[in-house]
Amino acid sequence: MPNDVKIGEKIDAILAGFSVDKSDIIPILQAVQAEYGYLSKEAISQIAKYLRLSESVVYGVSTFYAQFKFVPVGKTLIRVCRGTACHVRGVSRVLDEAAKILGIGPGETTSDMEYSLETIACFGSCALAPVLVANERVHGKVTPDKVKNILDKD
Amino acid sequence: MSKIVTFRQIKDNAEKEYNAWLKSEPIRIYIGAGTCGRAAGADEIIGSLKDELERRQIKAAITRVGCIGLCYLEPLVDVVKPGKPRVSYGNVTADKVSKIIDSYIIGDDPKCDTLLGTIGDEKIDGVPKLFDSPVLKPQVRIATRNCGFIDPEDINQYIVRGGYTGLDKALKMTQEEVIEEVSNSGLRGRGGAGAPTGWKWNLCRQNPGDKKYIICNADEGDPGAFMDRSVLESDPHTVLEGMLIGAYAMGATDGYIYCRAEYPQAIKRLNQAITQMEGYGLLGDNIMGSGFNFHLKIKEGAGAFVCGEETALMMSIEGNRGMPRPRPPFPAQSGLWGYPSNINNVETWANVPVIMEKGSKWYASYGTEKSKGTKTFALAGKVNCTGLIEVPMGITLREIVFDIGGGVIGNKKFKAVQTGGPSGGFIPADQDYLTADYESLAAAGSIMGSGAMVVMDEDTCAVDMARYFLTFTQSESCGKCVPCRVGTREMLGILEKMCAGNGAPQDIDRLMELCTAVSRGSLCALGGTAPNPVLTSLRNFRDEYDAHVNEHRCPALMCKDLISFYIDPNKCKACMICARNCPSEAIEGGKKMIHVVDQDRCIRCGVCLEKCPVKFSAVIKLSGEKMDVPDEPIPVGEA
Repeated sequence: MPNDVKIGEKIDAILAGFSVDKSDIIPILQAVQAEYGYLSKEAISQIAKYLRLSESVVYGVSTFYAQFKFVPVGKTLIRVCRGTACHVRGVSRVLDEAAKILGIGPGETTSDMEYSLETIACFGSCALAPVLVANERVHGKVTPDKVKNILDKD
Repeated sequence: MSKIVTFRQIKDNAEKEYNAWLKSEPIRIYIGAGTCGRAAGADEIIGSLKDELERRQIKAAITRVGCIGLCYLEPLVDVVKPGKPRVSYGNVTADKVSKIIDSYIIGDDPKCDTLLGTIGDEKIDGVPKLFDSPVLKPQVRIATRNCGFIDPEDINQYIVRGGYTGLDKALKMTQEEVIEEVSNSGLRGRGGAGAPTGWKWNLCRQNPGDKKYIICNADEGDPGAFMDRSVLESDPHTVLEGMLIGAYAMGATDGYIYCRAEYPQAIKRLNQAITQMEGYGLLGDNIMGSGFNFHLKIKEGAGAFVCGEETALMMSIEGNRGMPRPRPPFPAQSGLWGYPSNINNVETWANVPVIMEKGSKWYASYGTEKSKGTKTFALAGKVNCTGLIEVPMGITLREIVFDIGGGVIGNKKFKAVQTGGPSGGFIPADQDYLTADYESLAAAGSIMGSGAMVVMDEDTCAVDMARYFLTFTQSESCGKCVPCRVGTREMLGILEKMCAGNGAPQDIDRLMELCTAVSRGSLCALGGTAPNPVLTSLRNFRDEYDAHVNEHRCPALMCKDLISFYIDPNKCKACMICARNCPSEAIEGGKKMIHVVDQDRCIRCGVCLEKCPVKFSAVIKLSGEKMDVPDEPIPVGEA
């Protein structure tokens, strides 16, 4: 069976858990992204069909929110907090260091699809600033010289 | 469980189960395992505790609790032995776990290097009481009363500590009486704007509609704020009980919690809490036999700061782009799907159950004349004791920063405190006598906001901070109205120019003009308050702006493009440490040859300054001036 047919069936299975109601659009987009890491063109069109909305409406909603991605992300997602407390405590050097080690800028993915780098507005772990999150693992009081170690471990 | 109907039956059952739980294990260990605690290593501590206990064949139960707010002391471990008060340990590391086990779990001496003190009324000789410490003594815990003390995943522990008593009381009163009680307490919206809660509830109640909605705004997007996360993770039921009371008072049958997706643990706890409430019949139809029906859903946000604005939040719940709309009509008139709706913030809801349980008079005994009760703040930045605090309104900023916060890190000079996040402003150190309440913070040009409080020291640049906040508001502007969309971009452009050393004196006037236009012309509070960080920093730190635009100098030595690093040839001992650590290989020099920074290659990261041994202190950071140093390395001692 071709791969995209399988993916299509899997998305159908996800969609079946939701009602055909526009207010479910964000939870649907979240569920599909949780499975694939991003929202493909095909996924958007399948979601639109299911909700009986035009693809432009689904795109419109999904591009409004920072959470949704339209290109695949790496196996490890490195998110660097840009919150106030982190800023005051020098997170920009942590971000620079991560970018230097990975050789990519924020919003980019390494060519081997191992790492993606992102910045995030605030994690709400301000007391531990500066904060870096590798996938779901929160690292607090990160200094530039700790970044390499964190990246190696995760 | 057979269907429980009355509150008495629920409470009896909760007590029975709680007591059985307590008896099941004589020694109990509690670990703060909120997001902060886990980031500080709580999971590792739990792992090594389990290993050690098993190895020594000691029976003890480990319970994950929420956060008591002492983030700087995380990970926190509390031990309770039969007949003894709870003993608290802080900054516990895996290797210190066995020390605690040796001295207090096997032995009887709580003293060891991680000991903080006891919690509760009883004392142990020679051990301080934790709540007598300068950090905790000035605090009054109402919204956070259970945080760190109960297992947030166990509804019975919440009920045993008085939970759902307020709801039981409310259901025996009329809607008007409940609203009157909330009005009398003086409770105002804790999300930032400070609208009187009772007044808001009454508007929603009086507006006719076949259906009414209530919403909990848990889209805590302010960078630097984590009060709501902490409450939701540590005590979800207080928020849910508050919502039930509100729903009853306003005649709402359906509710939503809009929680940001960046808080997965909070969402998990809310889901568990809802399931447990359904088990007790505290959600659904005919709650506790009162005839009151209420259904609750959780909606996860998807990363848009503007969705903290109430009309944008409702657009998002409805499945649209989260853009605000003009008010009126207010949500109380036409809210979610056009029905009368009421939105309150997490902390506002969290206060409601206690107000109902203990009465409005008790609540109003805290605070100032116009700002009643307590307020939580997320104290962070350049302060020693970072954490989540809850203080009576009217406490001075000085008390918060110096008594509770333990002063500025490294004894640096206290410069300012920033309240209210990107919508708030800077309050300079010389106004630290100001009190934390709605009126006084507004008079200083800032806002209470949801409670972010970031302390800044002398190394923080006011212009850079204004630029930082504008970067945030500009990227979070939804783009619907021109003043916000274009205005914030223009303001940011000017601030970036200033920080890069390309500012001109007339930029300051242009910036002020834009501030007026953006604050007056914007559709919602995001744009309306976006100029606050600029206006307050201009008002209080005008000299720094002048230095940036007139002399291209950053007095706080923070703006990268305006600083240079030099190595003092008289102090350099040619130890090579700076050169080895320099990430851009910009430091030349060798054995017995003093080091020189190549200014063209230097990326101004400051690593050399940090790495240079204190006994030499040869690296110097300057802005707006040059240091006379040799072009090439020369032998040590010849400078």
